[in-house]
Amino acid sequence: MTQIAQVSLRQVDKMFSRGGNPADTVHALGPIDLELRHGEFFAVVGPSGCGKSTLLELVAGLSTATRGEVAFEGKPIEGRIPDGVGVVFQEDASFPWLSVRDNIAFGLRRMKLPPEEKAKRIEKALAMMGLVPFAESYPSQLSGGMRQRVCIARTLVTEPRLILLDEPFGALDQQTRLLMGDEVLNLWRKTGATVFLITHALDEAAMLADRIGVMSARPGRLIDIVETGWPRDRDSRIVQEESFGAITARLWRSLREESMKSIGKAGTTI
Amino acid sequence: MNRQSGSILRNTLTLIVVVLVAWQALYWIVGDIALRSPLQTFAFAGKFMSTPQFAQHLAETSKAFGLALLLAVAIGLTIGFTLGASRFLSDVFEPMLIALYSIPKITLYPILLLAFGLGMSSKVAFGTIHGVIPIALFTITAVRNVKRVYLKTGQVMGLSPLDMIARIIFPAALPEIFAGLRIGFSLTLIGTLLGEMFASQRGLGFLLMSAIGLHNVDLIMALTLLLTVFAGTASVVLLALNQRLYARS
Repeated sequence: MTQIAQVSLRQVDKMFSRGGNPADTVHALGPIDLELRHGEFFAVVGPSGCGKSTLLELVAGLSTATRGEVAFEGKPIEGRIPDGVGVVFQEDASFPWLSVRDNIAFGLRRMKLPPEEKAKRIEKALAMMGLVPFAESYPSQLSGGMRQRVCIARTLVTEPRLILLDEPFGALDQQTRLLMGDEVLNLWRKTGATVFLITHALDEAAMLADRIGVMSARPGRLIDIVETGWPRDRDSRIVQEESFGAITARLWRSLREESMKSIGKAGTTI
Repeated sequence: MNRQSGSILRNTLTLIVVVLVAWQALYWIVGDIALRSPLQTFAFAGKFMSTPQFAQHLAETSKAFGLALLLAVAIGLTIGFTLGASRFLSDVFEPMLIALYSIPKITLYPILLLAFGLGMSSKVAFGTIHGVIPIALFTITAVRNVKRVYLKTGQVMGLSPLDMIARIIFPAALPEIFAGLRIGFSLTLIGTLLGEMFASQRGLGFLLMSAIGLHNVDLIMALTLLLTVFAGTASVVLLALNQRLYARS
């Protein structure tokens, strides 16, 4: 274990103060300690409003921790977007004024690459996400699932070493979600990147991840980390496995009470 | 997209036919003292358009309108982007803009005349103050309505603030900004013509005013027709462009 973790969070807390009033401070997150291993698929589940997305924003460099340190490949992030990190959000972030190809090319704007290399990467990302026939279409002509693929492809062209997924399938229907799950697993294997997935769907986490972090109600802390022990070469068919049921059951046991807290019914029995 | 531009075309043609029929009917009722028939007007307008006198006044009006529009767009977009980007600034200044917008601008005309004098500059100023506020107000809303996730995406990609505006905020806000430009266009035209009508010796507005003074019904009708056709055409073109922009978003 001499290797540096890809991402490490040490005693991280996040507070929000409303209107700059210190008396009106919300403790959103923490303290959290977490290390992501190189190339692993890590999922985070938790009740709504527990700070899952805040956690992702800290790792992405979109916001800074109030206390503690977030580091990517050994270097502190401190609110600066690190190179080698790609983010896919829940909402549709494809740009409606650009064609699919130009949307994907947008991901390479900041990178200084020779044009041939850029073109090659764009073609590769198009092919990988099954978007070749739609390269010249505009997002408004595509379904929600296809648009989310565009966003994933836009992230892939940068060849990130860490991919952050913030409930990327939250807005899609169940069948599309299962299929997209397979595709994400495929990408994860092909790119060798570390994947950090935020989700509220327990079955999605259980199906995709190597390890699953369970978060408490606010302030969000990690109350359990479940190792799934799936082989690297897996797909959505593992939902039939016996241990799949055991994993989701364990996740639910940890989460049930926390979820009730978050909807304000702590202590009541159903 | 095709169906939409088709419906614009159909609506426009319907409107033209309705206007022509109503016009002819009105002519039959009120007679030669107040009106000319569509046919007479078209004939006179055609003849009038080939005179050097018309070309001279048209050039004057085009110049004033062009300048006023340029200023209204430039100032309106600047105000819109500045206030749209800052919650604090828009909280302070947006109510003022709305209040200003509700002032009948014609009441400011004497002041403008004193400030800018007779001629080109006061016409331009009057056109500009008509167009600038709607453009600014639409732009503020448009910039504020840009989806947060687009901004986050730009941030994650490490775009510079300038790239953020040029590559994300502007294109994302463009359909709504364009709606403001469309209204700003017609209001600037009204402002410019009003300016010409009340204090000017040149331009189509002046020509219209002097035709009224001389009771030259032929000229009044021809000018009204030409201005209506110009404003109508511009409006249809801008509307079609606007719908194309919306179809993508």
